[in-house]
Amino acid sequence: MSTNGSKPLLSVDELVVRYPLNRGLVGSLARRPQRFVHAVEGISFSVARGELLALVGESGCGKTTTAQAVLRLVEPVSGRIEFDGREITGLQARALRPLRRRMQLIYQDPYESLDPRLAVRAAVEEPLVIHGLGDSKADRRERVRDALGRVELNPPELFLDRYPHELSGGQRQRVAIAASIVLGPELLVADEPVSMLDVSVRAGVLNLLDRLRKDGLGILMITHDLSTAARFADRIAVMYLGRIVEEGPARSVVNDPQHPYTKALLSVVPRRDPRERSRRQILSGEAPDAVRIPSGCRFNPRCPIAVPECREIDPALEPAGAGAGHRAACIRV
Amino acid sequence: MPAPGAGMSRLLEVEDLNVWFDLDGGRELHAVQGVSFELDPGERLGLVGESGCGKTTTVLGLLGLLPPSASVSGRVLLNGVDIVAGGEETIRPHRWIDIAIVFQGAMNALNPVKTVGSQIVEVLELHGLAEGRQARKRTGELLESVGIPRDRAERFPHEFSGGMRQRAAIAMALACNPGILVADEPTTALDVMVQAQILELLDALCRDFGLALLLVTHDLPVVAELCDRAAVMYAGEIVEHGPVDALYHDPRHPYTRLLFAATPDLYGEGVPASIPGAPPRLDVPLTGCPFHSRCDRVFARCLDERPLLRGLEGARSAACHLNDVGAEVR
Repeated sequence: MSTNGSKPLLSVDELVVRYPLNRGLVGSLARRPQRFVHAVEGISFSVARGELLALVGESGCGKTTTAQAVLRLVEPVSGRIEFDGREITGLQARALRPLRRRMQLIYQDPYESLDPRLAVRAAVEEPLVIHGLGDSKADRRERVRDALGRVELNPPELFLDRYPHELSGGQRQRVAIAASIVLGPELLVADEPVSMLDVSVRAGVLNLLDRLRKDGLGILMITHDLSTAARFADRIAVMYLGRIVEEGPARSVVNDPQHPYTKALLSVVPRRDPRERSRRQILSGEAPDAVRIPSGCRFNPRCPIAVPECREIDPALEPAGAGAGHRAACIRV
Repeated sequence: MPAPGAGMSRLLEVEDLNVWFDLDGGRELHAVQGVSFELDPGERLGLVGESGCGKTTTVLGLLGLLPPSASVSGRVLLNGVDIVAGGEETIRPHRWIDIAIVFQGAMNALNPVKTVGSQIVEVLELHGLAEGRQARKRTGELLESVGIPRDRAERFPHEFSGGMRQRAAIAMALACNPGILVADEPTTALDVMVQAQILELLDALCRDFGLALLLVTHDLPVVAELCDRAAVMYAGEIVEHGPVDALYHDPRHPYTRLLFAATPDLYGEGVPASIPGAPPRLDVPLTGCPFHSRCDRVFARCLDERPLLRGLEGARSAACHLNDVGAEVR
């Protein structure tokens, strides 16, 4: 998965994240066993420089928790996270700080991620000040203008003194991205970066991420939108109940899905062309909550092709399909 | 559905609906600008556009649900009778009874401290449709008609998942057996599989019970999936209206074409492209075509003459000068 045989930029190995459930006073006094939300249950993936990996799945599948763990915003129970060849899982806050600059998060909602009282100039400059970057005020200003240019807010002079409420949604998200890339990060984690934006401006922000990727950034994009993943990702990892159930080159996952969950998900994505009205394979019910994970394959209670063994065997990701690097976790594949 | 003959009234006709909001300083925002459309039994019409285009204001206007700062003009004919002419007095007998609405985020429609069943019973009793045991029996039937087992009636909204809550909101909207259901972004907050379940439910309600659906959404693929016809709104007006197949394959307004081109498709070719610029302000008078500053086919006439929504062949209409000069919109 790495380019030129070099180490991947981000490598996640057997990551596990659990959140303890509140037992309540009665539960604690009765010494009921502690129960957990099994948000992420042993997932592995990597992101190379210049690559966009889309982590897709329905709400509650663990994709946002994964992103937060990668940025060390939540602590994993176990597993390794390596950034640029260095394990960061156990690093203390002080040792982590220089790395924070190199891995940046883009939030879903640019209406909330930008401080309404800060003009664009100050919003994009602030991360430089916090990280002590830029030799002088003039140098920082130059970097701010450069970042605004890279997110295509041109000419930067037109935007420097504007406040968030004077910007459109798409412009706001571009300012938020500028505030991330001004630090010169190598990895961007984008959590649903366009889902709050109007359709007519979404493509612009996604094309911008695509150009940053081509400039060499690694991007981990969290999305529930398979059409967006299909168009913009190099690779797609499909999550279900804390596991990656299928992973591979985007084209191969979309055109030749192997896992029954991926197949069902793809079949229900509405298409632009009414003549392509899908032959939908609608799964009944919703994913169970991540407190009581079904035994065996966690998808078996909803799976249209499950056999009795599926209740026993917890399948691992194995090579599947015709595409290179395409894997699925299903004993029926 | 056979086309109604001459002299017969349609189920719903909205004629030249306008909505203005009073702003500070005596200014007005012209949010809905001369919107007209019709709906027949069993038909599914999409009202599609981006935020601020006036689609939600349109449906709130025709249901008389706008705040006092709004003024409304135009006619809303239900089976030929104008229901907005007399304000709240003439709308109230029809709201929920003939036209019901479900919103995005069904949690807002449901009272969190009452069981789902008791809320539907309340609606039935309030409208004098059933009482006591009869009402509870009808509630069970309504829940089952939207795919919720009737024993769940005793549950509270927070015990339901997002999809179940949206189903419960649909069941409540159907309580008075309305002929028209207005659904405003009914699947926007839902995951794709749950969205598919809700779309399938709406499809079945239209097909099996002749319910007419007015689906308000920003999501073109959802409209393409579910609707027969769609009206595309931009800057407060309908800029194109026609069968969904024609809108995609032969758009007659550049905005329709560009909006489809901006929408990613699972197997689509090419990279989606955004539409540069932003919609015009609606609190100042517009000159020319409201889309001219963003249009890739703009010409001199577009700058000073506002195009009217004009009928074209094939039961469709568009508001674009290109159609007058016989030019290709593509």
